[in-house]
Amino acid sequence: MNNAQARKSISRLVVWGMVLTMVACGGSEKRTTPPGTTAPAVPEPNATTPAKELYTAADLALADVDQGMAAKGKATSEMKCTACHSMGENRIVGPGWKGITTKREPAWIMNMIVHTDAMLETDPEAQKMLEECLVRMPNQNLSHDEAREVLEYMRTL
Amino acid sequence: MKRPLLTSSLLLGAAGALFLLFNSLQGCRPRTVEAAVGGDAASRTYVKPGAYDEFYNLVSGGFSGQVAVYGLPSGRLLREIPVFSVDPESGYGYSEETKGMLSTTQGFIPWDDSHHPELSQTDGVPDGKWCFINGNNTPRIALIDLGTFRTASIIEIPNSAGNHSSPFTTGNSEYVVAGTRFSIPMGDESSRDVPIKTYKENFKGTVSFIHPDPETGKMNIAFQIKTPGVNFDLSHAGKGPSEGWFFFSCYNTEQAYSLMEVNSSQRDKDFIMAVNWRMAEQLAREGKGKRVPGKHHSNWWNHHTHSAESTVYEDVLQLDPKEHPGLLYFMPCPKSPHGCDVDPSGKYIIGSGKLAALIPVFSFEKMKAAIAANDLEGDYDGIPVLKYESVLHGEVKKPGLGPLHTEFDANGNAYTSMFVSSEIVKWNVQSLEVLDRVPTYYSIGHLMVPGGDSKKPWGKYVVAYNKITKDRYLPTGPELSQSAQLYSIEGDKMELLLDFPTTGEPHYAQAIPADLVRPREVKFFKIEENQHPYAAKGEKETRVERKGKEVHIYMTTIRSHFAPDNVEGVKLGDEVYFHVTNLEQDWDVPHGFAIKGAQNAELLIMPGETQTLKWVPGRVGVVPYYCTDFCSALHQEMQGYVRVSPANSTVPLTAYTVSVDAEL
Repeated sequence: MNNAQARKSISRLVVWGMVLTMVACGGSEKRTTPPGTTAPAVPEPNATTPAKELYTAADLALADVDQGMAAKGKATSEMKCTACHSMGENRIVGPGWKGITTKREPAWIMNMIVHTDAMLETDPEAQKMLEECLVRMPNQNLSHDEAREVLEYMRTL
Repeated sequence: MKRPLLTSSLLLGAAGALFLLFNSLQGCRPRTVEAAVGGDAASRTYVKPGAYDEFYNLVSGGFSGQVAVYGLPSGRLLREIPVFSVDPESGYGYSEETKGMLSTTQGFIPWDDSHHPELSQTDGVPDGKWCFINGNNTPRIALIDLGTFRTASIIEIPNSAGNHSSPFTTGNSEYVVAGTRFSIPMGDESSRDVPIKTYKENFKGTVSFIHPDPETGKMNIAFQIKTPGVNFDLSHAGKGPSEGWFFFSCYNTEQAYSLMEVNSSQRDKDFIMAVNWRMAEQLAREGKGKRVPGKHHSNWWNHHTHSAESTVYEDVLQLDPKEHPGLLYFMPCPKSPHGCDVDPSGKYIIGSGKLAALIPVFSFEKMKAAIAANDLEGDYDGIPVLKYESVLHGEVKKPGLGPLHTEFDANGNAYTSMFVSSEIVKWNVQSLEVLDRVPTYYSIGHLMVPGGDSKKPWGKYVVAYNKITKDRYLPTGPELSQSAQLYSIEGDKMELLLDFPTTGEPHYAQAIPADLVRPREVKFFKIEENQHPYAAKGEKETRVERKGKEVHIYMTTIRSHFAPDNVEGVKLGDEVYFHVTNLEQDWDVPHGFAIKGAQNAELLIMPGETQTLKWVPGRVGVVPYYCTDFCSALHQEMQGYVRVSPANSTVPLTAYTVSVDAEL
């Protein structure tokens, strides 16, 4: 499955993933969640990211880089992101951001920022990154607008 | 034996024999534990993996000074909240920010004896916002925020010695109270330096009314009422018809000051003191009180700066009941009353005379009538004493031995703990008839029904908090954990379901449905809102600064590294302050910080928070620091080094993390 197909299937995967998790009663379903990080049996009352709201390409119309947004995104990322992501190409904990928007679709990046746990549980590319980095990307609780600004900043790198 | 409430050798000597006598009198009591536990007890307390308990149970740690949080019905220990005692595990009382929470007029006090948790209330019902707890030894009251399960403020109580009768709340938590256990001489130095045998002339008591700010939780003493010199033991607010009144049990009306177990047990009756707090509030508002010496600290946790703030007050507003008739009344109560409990209807006040062979139930309506008719048997040190018979609803006859405390269900029943005969006795508040009794293992102190001291008990269970454990669990040498037992009260008969060990001394407790607490749950602190003066909000802000002999390191943590992780240029004689900001913004990702040779403790820093550890290096060399809270697969790599050079070294002060893009 290539990236594009994976992205298109995300919504369905998430829905089916949740159904499978719910009906899995000791059968042979392969769990995609690393040990020790299984979802709680009782849903959290204030879970913030219902998986069905994953971004698709249609949600993100990208025009020319908005420098105002990028500046805000830079400030946010310096508080919440750059401890783990360098602005170069090398990996600290997570991948470096230089050229990241040419390697990943904008919706995928937005999903990693905003719907981190859903992606780590269902998206094969996100899981591949986890196998490489061995540290689950933390959900740094960025709002949609903040994440969008960070994406804009990434586009300048 | 741990902390016996009754130390009279006569009583204790007789206790065993009487216990046997009670056993033989009540043929229906199960003879063995096996027989006492129903066959389905396990399934009724089993909470399957991943599922949650129905109730939060906040249990005081007694001499641990802390509050433990259990789930009910499982009895699982969820957390121990540091309150009055330092906690090296979290850094509470050791970090620069938290030290101020334990500051008092007598300096930093690292321990206390915490007895009575009391949930904040709205309309007389626990609301899940806060939990108050008293510090007995150096009189204080703490407020725990149930959003964070952390101590959010602590106030010191002046003109008090032994804050036992505390911190019970009025129906909308307008006030929590503090009644002094030990009366003492008060005033200026010459008034305080008096012979102990002048107790009768010079020793006085106080009850204080503390107002928690509904928004911030900051506490201040609204007013303090001066009382005759006696020992105050417990208290509860009126509710419903008795709303506006507060009731305190007092013993040692003999005003003894030595060999108390004998000398303060002479009189047949001591008192329940009724306080018209609405009137006191009005008097205070009208400026009728007097500001008297009473220096005290009010400490408050600022969750934006992640630091304690202390306000020092020089005096306190005191009301003298002799100048304000109608403020205080005494109701005679047999004999050295301990518990002082008000039933859910607010019509009845139960005094548990711990040396009495009966439980008196007072009627608030009769009390009001007796006051109106001036139906007095005299006065005690100028305070009117109402006639016992005139205020009595009735007596529960021969309930058991050593009645201590009473809680209630929603069906008009009361549950009283019996220390000496080691049992819970269920009785009907109206009819005063004993309905059931179950043994406890052993020597129960307080007992607790969820919501059982409020207007609307949730009922379902009663939990016994015991003073003696003996043979309940696998032995662990001379010192044993104490025990609690959970009983179902859903049927006519109480049923023992579960027995669980506890931390410290489980003195008193409260329980509340988890659904009322969880909506305020805080999962992490927003890094944007962090106003700590030494916060590093992002690795870009990390740095090191020298101010004379002080070295301030602005450090961040995230899975799984510190920034900076190399520091050089620290010299012998320096005081190093590690200001560690946890950049994580997700639930359950604290990081720890420990450095070799630290003479205080470690830090546990919650996501979005900044905490500071002071470290004074003692020798030259390179010293490691590391994260103590297993945070990721690369946790073992989460470390750093500080180079310490001799005092006259010229090594420049630097702090850095080598960049992965160093070549760029």
